[in-house]
Order: sequence, then C-alpha cells, then structure tokens
Amino acid sequence: MAHLVHQFLSETAKRAPSRTALIAGDARRSFAELDRESDAVACALQSAGIARGDRVAVMLENSIEYVAGLFGTLKAGGVFVPVNPSTKADKLTYLLADAGVRVLIAPSALARQVLPALETVETQPTVLWVGAGLPNGATGLLYADAMAAPHRQPAEPGLIDQDLAAIMYTSGTTGRPKGVMLTHANYVNTSWAISTYLGNTPDDVVMCVLPLTFGYGLSQVLTGARVGFTLVLERSFAFPMETLKRMVQHRVTGLPGVPTVFSTLLGLEAARTADLDSLRYLTNAAAPLPAAHLRRLRERFPQAVFHSMYGMTECCTRISTLDPAELDLKPASVGRAIPNCEAFVADEEGSRLPPGQVGELVVRGANVMRGYWNRPEETARRLRRGPQGETLLFTGDLFTQDAEGHLYFVSRKDDVFKCRGEKVSPKEVENALYELEGVHEACVIGIPDDADGLAVKAFLVARDGAALSEAAIRQHCRGRLESHLVPKFIEFRDSLPKTDSGKIRRAELVEEIGTPARPAAASVGSPG
Amino acid sequence: MRTATLTDTTLTAPALPEIRAFIVENFLLGKDSGFDNSESLLESGIIDSTGIMHVVAFLEERFGIAVDDDDMVADNLESVDRIAAFVGRKQELRNAA
Repeated sequence: MAHLVHQFLSETAKRAPSRTALIAGDARRSFAELDRESDAVACALQSAGIARGDRVAVMLENSIEYVAGLFGTLKAGGVFVPVNPSTKADKLTYLLADAGVRVLIAPSALARQVLPALETVETQPTVLWVGAGLPNGATGLLYADAMAAPHRQPAEPGLIDQDLAAIMYTSGTTGRPKGVMLTHANYVNTSWAISTYLGNTPDDVVMCVLPLTFGYGLSQVLTGARVGFTLVLERSFAFPMETLKRMVQHRVTGLPGVPTVFSTLLGLEAARTADLDSLRYLTNAAAPLPAAHLRRLRERFPQAVFHSMYGMTECCTRISTLDPAELDLKPASVGRAIPNCEAFVADEEGSRLPPGQVGELVVRGANVMRGYWNRPEETARRLRRGPQGETLLFTGDLFTQDAEGHLYFVSRKDDVFKCRGEKVSPKEVENALYELEGVHEACVIGIPDDADGLAVKAFLVARDGAALSEAAIRQHCRGRLESHLVPKFIEFRDSLPKTDSGKIRRAELVEEIGTPARPAAASVGSPG
Repeated sequence: MRTATLTDTTLTAPALPEIRAFIVENFLLGKDSGFDNSESLLESGIIDSTGIMHVVAFLEERFGIAVDDDDMVADNLESVDRIAAFVGRKQELRNAA
C-alpha cells in the first residue's frame, strides 16, 4: 500500500504499465511512460541540488510536463508548490520568496513574466525551462535535456508520510496569499476517500478542465494515479467546443466542474446533441451551483449521478459530499463528511452545537493541514487542540447541520468570497485599485451572478478632479491581478458608508445588494 | 507545446494592427512587450480563457462579425495572426452574403 503520494504512480505503473494515464491534446502517456518521465524530472532536480524538504515550484498549464513535474518533485524528496501560470511578476516574486523556492519549472513562453520576477528573489531559484530552448537572456536547465538523458532511478530521499508533499497558496483576508502545508499522509488519505465515494475504477476516463494548480484539479491527477484511470487534460476551458469534442471522442465517464464550467456547457447548442452517454458522474465544488442549472444538467445527463461537494485547501480540498441518492431530499446540503473525516458545527469556544444552530464548521481528520507555511499566528487561529489531543481545523465558514449530520453552508466569517470557484480577497483587489492615483476610496464585495457565482464588484470614490474610466480601471487590474480578481462591475459613488472611526462599512454595501453569501434557497451546495 | 503557425493570409490581414493594439492596450497595460503575432496568446500568459471572451466581444463590436460557438476554437483565436485571418474570413463571408 502506498503511503507516499508518488507511490500511487509507481504502483499503478507496475500493475498496469500500458494503460493510458494522460491524454493532453495529441499527446498521450501510459502509466509506465509517466513513471519514467517523472524519474527523469526527479534526477534533474536532484542534480540541481534538490533534497528532502526543498521547495520546487511548478508554473505550467495543464500538461504532461505539469504532472511529470509534480511526481518528479515528490520522487526527488521535494515539496511541490503549484503556481498559476497567469500569475503576474510581482506576485510570482512574492510566492518564490515566501516559499523559499529552490527550483522553478516554467515554460519558456512565460519568460517575460518569469525573468523579471527572478531578478528580485534572494534565494536565486534555478529554472527548469519547458519549451523549445532557453529564452533570451535566461540561464538554467532544459526539460528536453532531462528527458534525453539515459533513464536512471532518482536517489531515494527517505521520505515518510509526515513529510510535506505540497504547499498550496490560498488567498486570505490580508490580501497576501498564505501557503497551506499538506503532507503525504494528507494526500494519500484524501485521495483514497475521494476515489472511494466517487466509486472510481480503472475504466474511468475523467475530463479535467480545472487548473491543476488548484486543489480540486490536482485531486483528479492524484486519484487517477491511485486508481489507474485515464485523465484527459485540457489546457483550459477557453475553447469549450473543442473540449466537448474531446469529451465525446474519449468517451469521458467523469466530469469534475465548477458552476462556470457547467453554465458554459449548458449554453452550448452542440452539447444538447453530443453523444455523451458514457458520462457516469459529474461533480461540483468550489461554489454553489444554481438550482436551475442542476435541474438542466440532470435532464441533459439522466444517466449520470451528481455529486455536490464542499471543501477548502486547508483540508486537502475535500470535507464533505452529498450522496447523489439524497440530492432530491436535501438539494441545499453539501452532504456529510467524507470517509475518515468528521465535521461538526461549534460555538466560539469550540463546543458542539445542537442541530439547526448556526456556528463555525470544525473539521477533524486525516485531511487537516499541518498549518500555514511560516505563519505561526495565523496557524494558531485556525488549528486548535481537540479533547483527544488531535488537531481541529476551524474553517471560518458558518454552517448548520441537521440531525442526520447533513451540512448546510450559511456564509463566511470574513470577507473572502468565491468567484468562478476561486477565492477572492477583497483586500487584494482593493490594494490594486488604490494604486490608481485617481482612486480615493475603494471597497470590493461579491454580488450574485449566474455565471461567476459571486462576481467581483468595486465601489469607488474618485479623488477630486480625477477622471476615472471603467475601462482604465479594468485595464490596470488586468495587468496586476489574475482574471478572476478583476472587477466585473464598477460603480462610482460620491462617498462610501463609514463607521464612527472612519472605516468603510463593507457590510452595509453587501446588505444593499442583498445577502449574496447565503446560497441555501436558490442554489445547490458546495461553496468550498 | 503548441505554437500557432503562420497562415498565408497573415500579411494581408487589414484588421491585424487594430487587434494587436487592442490586446496591448487591454492586457499589457499599453506596453507592447514585442510578442510575436504568431505566438500563442494563452500559452504566453498574455490572455487567459476569460480574456478570450473580451477579445471576442471586441471583434464582434469593432468588425461587425458574429462569432458562433463553433468559431470558438484555437485555430481561430490562438494568436494575433489567427484572429486577424479569422476576422478576414468572417468579413468576406458577410460581404458575399
């Protein structure tokens, strides 16, 4: 039995070497080929000095190289740090420095973002470039050279399951992302739990349009390697017609999505008639799915079961899932805790609350993170010691629970919300807005939106005499922020509501709009 | 890695400078990084899947073309060259109708 994440791959490669592990566009890899490719990455990393516990960042889009980079890092004994390829230079500098990254695996095509970021990072990470050659003015190693080297086994780094496997960055209230530390034990347990409740088999073919830099996307790779099923990787969902064609072509059996993906799929004329009878299950997580969309999905794919799920990065991405058989009875619930995990609603002191009462969701189980990287105070706020000496995670999400243990999301305790399934820290967006000279005051909230879940809305007060245009503001934000953070709606006001001490009253703006964070009546589960 | 290849319509596509200017203005803060017109806009991180939607909205408005579901493919939208060639084909179709 595997107790380390990369053993999923090596064990499956021994058991079913020729089975297809990955399909990415025209490229394919069997489990044996993927195992060897990741050995080659591991050897290259070790020759660049990576040893047990060193951080390796992977800034690649969904691709075979991404997956080989992930398993190669773990085989070399390293800690995997995924970085979204759309990350701008400033934020990349911050992530590389915060995690103390020693090697960065990045595409040559992103040299324009990567090279300026490297200049200011003190740890001077080595870059393993994926692409045709070294970019102009760059130094480092080439992925192609690593692949061309004669095959050998990487040196055994001597990991145990308490070692860190990954540091996943997630937005917090401060606007500076925090690194969530997850161990091999976290991932091995959670991958088992997820593939068990989904009933995955080696015959599954799962379509992955979710970014692999996102926990929900990553879990598709890990469950695939564990079970030995085929994963079809899409670079993104930018060209949904192409994705749809490949779903038909590869006889896809599983489709993990977020509301934006399902909304796009339902909007495609061709999806109505496409032969998708192979589809056995759909999963939704990261944000609640509008009830109307769920109904239409079930009409369109009557043969497929629908799993409504909830989780957060701090819990290896997964906390609860609703048994598809209970979907009609409890459509607003995100279900019950996943196998080998317990979730309960507690008061401020951490005491369990009776059914029906609103409190903070607390999680105990093998999926709970080790803490936030280099942030002992923030870790202490989230992780507390339980009565049996175990670690309890206080999620910061308010929930109720019914007598049968079914969980219902109420709202976040802080201002963070989800747009297109990704966390938005209003502070991070406001910081970018304040960089514009003409902005006197800014306040960002999430407002209900069918496509985005909650869409980013910015309220702005201009400085006297300053001319601010919506286009100029969006343009500035697109250059500074990942796309899900760019305000979809902008409203100019003469003033913003304030507290007596002069602080902007975000809650008042939220109330004005309605209560966006409460999905219970209109939507189906899965805010996490 | 996927790179967009040059098409023979590239050199004559009149929409090209405007498309490039739109992308530079809206996604590169007005600073032209000197990217190649044949370069994949997605792969080089200049735009992402949401950005594609902004580009499509611009094409529809500026060039008076209708972009259907079936048109939303990498062959048409992956690079500045391909977008310009796509606009050219759409305009020809419209003018012929």
